[in-house]
Amino acid sequence: MSGSGTPAGAPARAGEAGVEGYEIVVGLEVHCELATATKLFCGCTNAFGAVSNTHVCPVCLGLPGSLPVLNRRAVELAIRIGRALHCEVRPSTFHRKNYFYPDMPKDYQISQYDEPINVDGYLELPGGLRVGIERAHIEEDTGKTTHVGGGGRIHDADYSLVDYNRAGVPLVEIVSRPDVRGAEQARAYVSELRAVLVASGASDGRMEEGSLRVDANVSVRPLGSDVLGTRCEVKNLNSLRSLGRAIEHEAARQVALVESGGRVVQETRHWNEAEGRTSSMRSKEEANDYRYFSEPDLVPLVPDADLVERATAGMPLMPAARRKRVAALVGDALGGEAGASDQVATVVDLGLDDLVVAAVGLGADPSLALRRAANEAAQRPEEARRLDATAFADLLGLEVTGKLSSTQAKTVLAELLEHGGEPEEIARRLGYEALSSDELAGVVDDVIAAHPAEWERFLGGESKVAQLLTGQVMKATKGRANGRTVAEALDARRG
Amino acid sequence: MSEQLSSEAVAHIARLARLEITAEESATYAGQLSAILEHVEAVRRLDTAGVPPTSHALELRNVLRADEPRPCLERDEVLSGAPRAEDGRFLVPRILGEEP
Ligand SMILES: [Zn+2]
Repeated sequence: MSGSGTPAGAPARAGEAGVEGYEIVVGLEVHCELATATKLFCGCTNAFGAVSNTHVCPVCLGLPGSLPVLNRRAVELAIRIGRALHCEVRPSTFHRKNYFYPDMPKDYQISQYDEPINVDGYLELPGGLRVGIERAHIEEDTGKTTHVGGGGRIHDADYSLVDYNRAGVPLVEIVSRPDVRGAEQARAYVSELRAVLVASGASDGRMEEGSLRVDANVSVRPLGSDVLGTRCEVKNLNSLRSLGRAIEHEAARQVALVESGGRVVQETRHWNEAEGRTSSMRSKEEANDYRYFSEPDLVPLVPDADLVERATAGMPLMPAARRKRVAALVGDALGGEAGASDQVATVVDLGLDDLVVAAVGLGADPSLALRRAANEAAQRPEEARRLDATAFADLLGLEVTGKLSSTQAKTVLAELLEHGGEPEEIARRLGYEALSSDELAGVVDDVIAAHPAEWERFLGGESKVAQLLTGQVMKATKGRANGRTVAEALDARRG
Repeated sequence: MSEQLSSEAVAHIARLARLEITAEESATYAGQLSAILEHVEAVRRLDTAGVPPTSHALELRNVLRADEPRPCLERDEVLSGAPRAEDGRFLVPRILGEEP
């Protein structure tokens, strides 16, 4: 994820055609299926892809006389999410959201309404932007409807088939504040949120299986305005790609509407990936009157110290904290170096930060450790995560002391990742004997003798020629020479 | 003071609950529902200063169960309650068919 470092309030620009002069404001609602063994209120198995209607019971079917009992693990995971998002974890209650749609056999969904368990947090993106989290509440998932006939579209389907395996699966809905500007940031937000949800153990993060589902509230306003425009909620965003495309198209649609003298109407719109556009999901106005009322079958959920402690025990560091840890390690050495924060984000993203931290702890050069991890080790993340930190530190040591050229070090690292072993032993096996200074001096003299014109230009101060001469030395030594040492040798001969 | 519920309000509530009622019934229920609201209003007039708010009659909290799977229903049994089924799933009439 690059380019996610745009500060809040900066206008979204490049790549978002047709919105010049406008700012795209986005708030995101992410539904996260919790990685529990059972559903939220019954003992039915919570699993994706089972034979339809085999994971249902009287509770999740809403049969008369059945009673819901809250899943402790779901509560613990919700608390973990709250903590990971820096929310206040507070006493909460459940409500019934009443509506008539066959995806819920009870004709209501149990959700947290005015007293959600988590409020007022934030998510910090790799570039440093903090997106406010309004709330992260517990609710149950709905069943899965398939529209049959009429090309599978909801509006002209002949009938629908319903599978209730998913009905009652525990969800946490994470609602952001409208702090996101444009498609790029929205993707960065969801990507980071996904990493947090996976790290906290709350979710498997599989968007393609619907474990994470994203709705985007999109509005536009003239650049410089601080008044929010009328928003539309865009649904059916099944991938980061869909999310980005849908926001761009929806924003362009709204701008075109406003520019032609029209007004944006607050409504829910459906993203059609194949057609690349959003369309209105008009419904009767009273359909949004959910007549919430307190769920009489569930008592208040009060996360006391005991419950919170138990829930958050063993919670690992979140990605933002891990990035800070690596950045602090590398410190000022990389402060001004271009791409350093991208490298930090990469190693954390790939789970290579522990390797970097351990290697530095063993005395490795932090800046080099980060570079080799983010560039070379990152090519084979799975092997790199298993790499012995001592071997990695040893390798970096060989490179820093000039015993291996950077080209050689990269080759040894590749070998290390593939077969393991001792860096020094591998280097020996590959014939990477350190070049003696006498040998190097001889080669440098030969190269100068063979390139008199270039040497004159070098002496004349043309620094670009240094590269050519160094390249010749590298070629003659088959890459065994250390670039820095060669540069020093050339400089020493300036006289 | 609660006001008398209008027949229109009752008709609206009935629509939300997918209940079909006649105008006559609507008028009857308007009277009955207003009486109930009047009773709630009477409760509301009580002095509750110093009484902690509760959402339930019982002073219970954190009733939780272990995350352990329990047997589900047999599918045939599940679908036996459906007016129609197809392909192991509940068959329902077209949804939002009245919408454009
Ligand atoms: Zn169940």
